[in-house]
Amino acid sequence: MSVLNAALVGNPNCGKTALFNLLTGSRQKVANYAGVTVERKVGRLTTPGGLAVRLLDLPGAYSLVATSPDEAVTRDVCAGTYRGEPAPELLVCVLDATNLRLHLRFALEVRQMGRPMILVLNMIDAAKRQGIAIDVPRLAAEFGAPVVTAVGIRRNGGQDLLRALDLPPPPPPPAMPAGSDFHAEARRILADCVARPSRLGVALEERLDRWFLHPVWGMAILFALMFVMFQAVFSWAQPVMDLLDAGTAALGQAVGTVLPDGPLRSLIVDGVIAGAGSVVVFLPQILILFLWILALEESGYLPRAAFLLDRIMATAGLSGRSFIPLLSSFACAVPGIMATRTIQNPRDRMITILIAPLMTCSARLPVYTLLIAAFVPERRIGGLFNLHGLVLFALYLAGILSALLVARVLKNRDRQEEHPLLLELPAYRLPNLRDLALGLKQRAVIFLSRVGTIIVTVSVLLWALASFPAPPAGAAGPAIEWSLAGRIGHWMLHVMAPIGFNWQICVSLIPGLAAREVAVSALATVYSLGATDSDAARQLQPLLSAHWSLGTALSLLTWYIFAPQCFSTLAVIRRETGSWRMVGITAGYLFAMAYGAAFIVWHISLLLGWGGSP
Amino acid sequence: MRLNELKLGGSAIIDHVEDHTAGDPVAERLRALGFVPGEPIRIVAVGPIGADPIAVGIGFTRFALRRAEASRVLLRDAA
Repeated sequence: MSVLNAALVGNPNCGKTALFNLLTGSRQKVANYAGVTVERKVGRLTTPGGLAVRLLDLPGAYSLVATSPDEAVTRDVCAGTYRGEPAPELLVCVLDATNLRLHLRFALEVRQMGRPMILVLNMIDAAKRQGIAIDVPRLAAEFGAPVVTAVGIRRNGGQDLLRALDLPPPPPPPAMPAGSDFHAEARRILADCVARPSRLGVALEERLDRWFLHPVWGMAILFALMFVMFQAVFSWAQPVMDLLDAGTAALGQAVGTVLPDGPLRSLIVDGVIAGAGSVVVFLPQILILFLWILALEESGYLPRAAFLLDRIMATAGLSGRSFIPLLSSFACAVPGIMATRTIQNPRDRMITILIAPLMTCSARLPVYTLLIAAFVPERRIGGLFNLHGLVLFALYLAGILSALLVARVLKNRDRQEEHPLLLELPAYRLPNLRDLALGLKQRAVIFLSRVGTIIVTVSVLLWALASFPAPPAGAAGPAIEWSLAGRIGHWMLHVMAPIGFNWQICVSLIPGLAAREVAVSALATVYSLGATDSDAARQLQPLLSAHWSLGTALSLLTWYIFAPQCFSTLAVIRRETGSWRMVGITAGYLFAMAYGAAFIVWHISLLLGWGGSP
Repeated sequence: MRLNELKLGGSAIIDHVEDHTAGDPVAERLRALGFVPGEPIRIVAVGPIGADPIAVGIGFTRFALRRAEASRVLLRDAA
């Protein structure tokens, strides 16, 4: 049976990926801003008529005269020159029916390629609501290709397209003479085929933007949103976290009583349950953080935030274009670094990649909140703000400010050049509850599978290293001091003692190199094994506040703002830049900053008398 | 008059987009985005610091531009 190679093309944010997910059953990320998809994605589907289709989802492009790496992918695939990708036999050109002027221009540009095409008028429901009447048969006749309508976000919203795929492929539409004016042609066709009321829908957008983009109110709204987000991470999550905490403790107790005393019990209770359990507790906080991020992404607010902060980015020599990749990095630096493909200026792109790991990713959240809860008193400030939330906000801010500083330093040597912004401000959209739920479920699965794989594996490995060799008979002190891990930790103290770390932290930093949150599980395992009374001290948080000085905690928090402890980030930097040198520079400067900043914080703490045992 | 000189809330008709350098990619992109002769344009919002960048409404879309980018857009008399 033959397979039809088809590709989805169109302007950014016209709903290609939503349609792709609908047709192929994929779960690619969708959001309401330009540049969510930055590489080609492949999916398969079978039409009602039994035709097998290999469908490509391509990054959105305003023009085939590409200005950024993501647009170049689309240009090359359409032209059939993309390496390892056959020339598409059918281009499915997706148009936002509420913004046909801009989108039809791109379709006309694509038509010049001389490939068979189908036009899809997506978001036709929104167009109807705005009172836009489109004469579909006439549009098909004028354009010279079949036209179908679709609603990418509704089940069965792609039926017409599926039926169109079943028909024999249309002949390539007629191209215009070289040098024709696409805008003039788009205007001519629209005048013939589309009737729309005078700017009704736009008026609403502009009324909202009057608030959201207001010089004073807009900034106030932005800060309020960020602020409430960090408050929510602490206060909303607490009840569920307490439950999970009690649950893991009870599980440890139960298993502890069932299993006989010995290495197996220690492995399960101290290694797996203490290690993995200590990280699972943070699931509610991470989900709340993602709920905010996903809702903001869906609403169309993010490009507005980029607009408000563009001038601040400019002082660091970056454009508002870097804003969305950096904001994605608050979830995780890996997609953030990939999103830099939408940045036109190659140097801006490199600098954005370099500083993306300084944005506080969700994997740091367990470390931050654990230490904050253990060392910062629970207090209300001004009767309104939770002190925990304020400290967390400050840690995020420290990451952002140092990122701007690094960008600034790197820029100073550069000659004066222009950093284009040119960002589309999309229509506002109410976040769809089903999409939010799906997105959260996906994040929960990712988080739990990390716990189930990396964290359990590392916990078991660490348990073994921290348990063997066993101490010689009659030895004093906890057994872990004699183990391999204990010795490595003590040896590392030569380097780490000047920044206030103890040997337990040193031990947990090694597995923490693989992923940041692993350090929490590693600490749990190390302290669980080290505890003289093995049932007394399962709870990590009170244990840390009893064993560490405030200075040590502050120093470790500072270390975590900077330290590049994430193999995935370094791997994606290698892939995106194609250079080990960039990986070396990133890791090198981040470790140097981590050590330097932690050194300063520790020594200031010593001066303030915060270095002693509690 | 140029687009960067237009006041908040003001509207005008685009005359043309000029290249600042040979083969100016920013000018090229502006033209692709619909900044073409005869197109009405209006300033929807201005940034909080130094009134930069600006948000312009063109057709049924809004774009954020820095003033330096907007200075490439020449306008006919205010409409």
